Amino acid sequence: MFKGIKWKEEINVEDFILNNYHEYKGDESFLVGPSVKTNYVWTKSKELLEKELDKGILDVDTDNIAGINNYKPGYIDKDNEVIFGLQTDEPLKRIINPYGGIKMVYSALNAYGYKMNEDVSKKFEQYRKNHNDGVFDAYTNEIKKARKSGLITGLPDAYGRGRIIGDFRRVALYGIDFLIQQKKDDLKNLIDINEETIRLREEINEQIKALKETQDMALSYGFDISKPATNAKEATQWLYFAYLASVKESNGAAMSLGRTATFLDIYIEKDLENGLINEEEAQEIIDQFIIKLRLVRHLRTPDYNELFAGDPTWVTESLGGMIDEKRSLVTKSTYRYLNTLINLGPAPEPNMTVLWSVNLPENFKKYCSYISIKTDAIQYENDDLMRPMYGNDYAIACCVSAMTLGKQMQFFGARMNIAKALLYAINGGYDELTKELVIEGISKIESEYLEYDEVLKNYHLVLEKSAKTYVDAMNIIHYMHDKYAYERIEMALHDSNVKHLMAFGAAGLSVTADSLSAIKHSKVKTIRDENNLVIDYIIEGDYPKYGNDDDKVDLIAVDIVKKLSSELKKHKLYKNAYHTLSILTITSNIVYGKKNRLYSRREKSL
Amino acid sequence: MLGNINSIETAGLLDGPGVRYVIFLQGCPLRCIYCHNPETWNIKENKLMTVSELMTNILKYKDYFGEKGGITVSGGEPLLQSAFVTELFKECKKNNIHTCLDTSGYQGKHEELLKYTDLVLLDIKGINDADEKYITSKVINNDFLDTCQRLNTKIWIRHVIMPGINDNEAHILKLKEKIKNIKNVEKIELLPYHSLANDKYKKLNIDYKLKDMKDMNLNRIKELEDLLKTKDA
Repeated sequence: MFKGIKWKEEINVEDFILNNYHEYKGDESFLVGPSVKTNYVWTKSKELLEKELDKGILDVDTDNIAGINNYKPGYIDKDNEVIFGLQTDEPLKRIINPYGGIKMVYSALNAYGYKMNEDVSKKFEQYRKNHNDGVFDAYTNEIKKARKSGLITGLPDAYGRGRIIGDFRRVALYGIDFLIQQKKDDLKNLIDINEETIRLREEINEQIKALKETQDMALSYGFDISKPATNAKEATQWLYFAYLASVKESNGAAMSLGRTATFLDIYIEKDLENGLINEEEAQEIIDQFIIKLRLVRHLRTPDYNELFAGDPTWVTESLGGMIDEKRSLVTKSTYRYLNTLINLGPAPEPNMTVLWSVNLPENFKKYCSYISIKTDAIQYENDDLMRPMYGNDYAIACCVSAMTLGKQMQFFGARMNIAKALLYAINGGYDELTKELVIEGISKIESEYLEYDEVLKNYHLVLEKSAKTYVDAMNIIHYMHDKYAYERIEMALHDSNVKHLMAFGAAGLSVTADSLSAIKHSKVKTIRDENNLVIDYIIEGDYPKYGNDDDKVDLIAVDIVKKLSSELKKHKLYKNAYHTLSILTITSNIVYGKKNRLYSRREKSL
Repeated sequence: MLGNINSIETAGLLDGPGVRYVIFLQGCPLRCIYCHNPETWNIKENKLMTVSELMTNILKYKDYFGEKGGITVSGGEPLLQSAFVTELFKECKKNNIHTCLDTSGYQGKHEELLKYTDLVLLDIKGINDADEKYITSKVINNDFLDTCQRLNTKIWIRHVIMPGINDNEAHILKLKEKIKNIKNVEKIELLPYHSLANDKYKKLNIDYKLKDMKDMNLNRIKELEDLLKTKDA
């Protein structure tokens, strides 16, 4: 039936894809519009989405707690649906998930005028500790201070961490039975008992339970997913059930989909070839799958949504990319996915992300440009940079982080506000807003005009100390998250010996580079308050500004990043994770900037 | 050797084929009535850069050039600094980068420079001496064009069209006549006059002769371009 050997002997989706996919180099002329059924389902969905927009949220299930099989089957328009499954028993009805932190659930419910079922909340509080409680039992004073002042910020210590991408394709390709068998085999080899293997043995057994629950959940919709999918509709349905299980169980900040289009295309091509479906039906399957992804919701507080100017779920799907310089992973279904932006109209979710390479087929590049111009709804990431690091079969979680599917997982690392760190370097570790001491052991800079070398030396010291605090916080958070809010189904769809990446982040790089450039290349006069803390600055003269391809300031930025990265790497990470570091660009920088007294660029850098 | 640079546009899409790194040099001997870069006129020192400094920066953008793009030197008038541009183009050719010279062809040494120039964007200012003088305040001789023809340099012709001044068919037919005798012309671009430079003139405190002129109608440009393209009967 399908070609290849390796993927039949071990779990190896990449091998299956490479042996069976058909690259498509043609143009978009084969694409078709939405089917009648799709139009019915989407019209109904749009009505609900409009209602939701008016109310903030459409509804919440306050009686049941998050879980793979804790909700009755739900439908939008059962007769016209082609792909089935909703998070709860009704579309857009949200889940309460207190495992990450019950306080966040209370405040979200409160904001929208709901109340948790008293029995549920009483029992949960009485019998179940949550991630948020665990974290605060372990946080040091340094972490609490850095967190309160916003030096490290956006920490996933009160809700689901997200950023993990289950390899949902595995369920379609292998069926649940085989996946459980593989996990059982892994357990057989884990007999050298120590702290690490004890933890892993418990985790794997939890994963097996989650796989069974997923199978039961699918069965409640009338599908038996214990065996591999045999056609395109089944493959899409099986894969979606796996994803659905993950968004029933967890509510991470980013719950990404992975890289599914080319995988599903193999089944679609086969069905088309055998005359089982036509192009309309192929597009219908994809359109209806995408509708389901557009309806995924998590219960958040209103200020969380304000941070991102929306209600984001980061259902990121990675499209395209290359295998080598000549062969791309673009298939007809890559086009079909993008075509949903036409058939259903533009939408931010699922977050369509094209892995761009200079070598992508010209026709595909043109189609992407066309869709981008028409919808503004494609995110682009550089495949030529990432492929050498992550191989052929990686995907993007959220907006920036890559990982090899099923082989690597990511510990979401939030971010350090490195502009704020610079203010501490000048004020001897004191916060100019709260007047409190946040970082000990930093000398105050007393001079009226700032000296570059003196500031830089202090800044390095602040980065050293903050890096330790930052790593400590992350280690605690992910230890506790694994303990109290472990993503069982997502991790079940990874290899048992998964590699962990800890994704640190830095916000405020351009402001910091501009500020240091001003100190270095012009004169910066300090204005102090009655506590002798610097609260304002006067820049005399001009200075090179970041973002203009000027090495005089760009190299300062490079040095900051290298320094921070090397400081982070000095500290060992939970589960022997690898350090990665993202420089955050736009999202939320303004919001985090508000944590600094002075943050606007250009007019005033410091 | 130092080049006197007004500014750099790292992803220009209008001056030559593909994505181009466009260097606007400082200083121009002409005073075209429609000039939209009056800040480049003055030959005083602005930003001085060596060829190697510039090359270091250009090479960072090489990936963006693709198969068609490259660098374009514009101005100002690049021929005023032809020795510098020659050195720059030599280095570009060593690095396999397409070179394009955007010029009026007025003055300046050019024989050596043209050896390293893949494409000339030749701005034909007027259809005869009187027209040229009206537009630029100078008369441009044929030396530069003759050298281009002798060296078989590829040429794109450009000509600015202003409403009510030269947007008539008689003018275009004369232009057509003039271009007919030029070989290696790959493309003719009629550039529509636009009023975006108004603020620049105000800031520089220079009296702008065309300050009340409206933008050239783009449909009219299309008509005139069609007229240029039609074969003679």
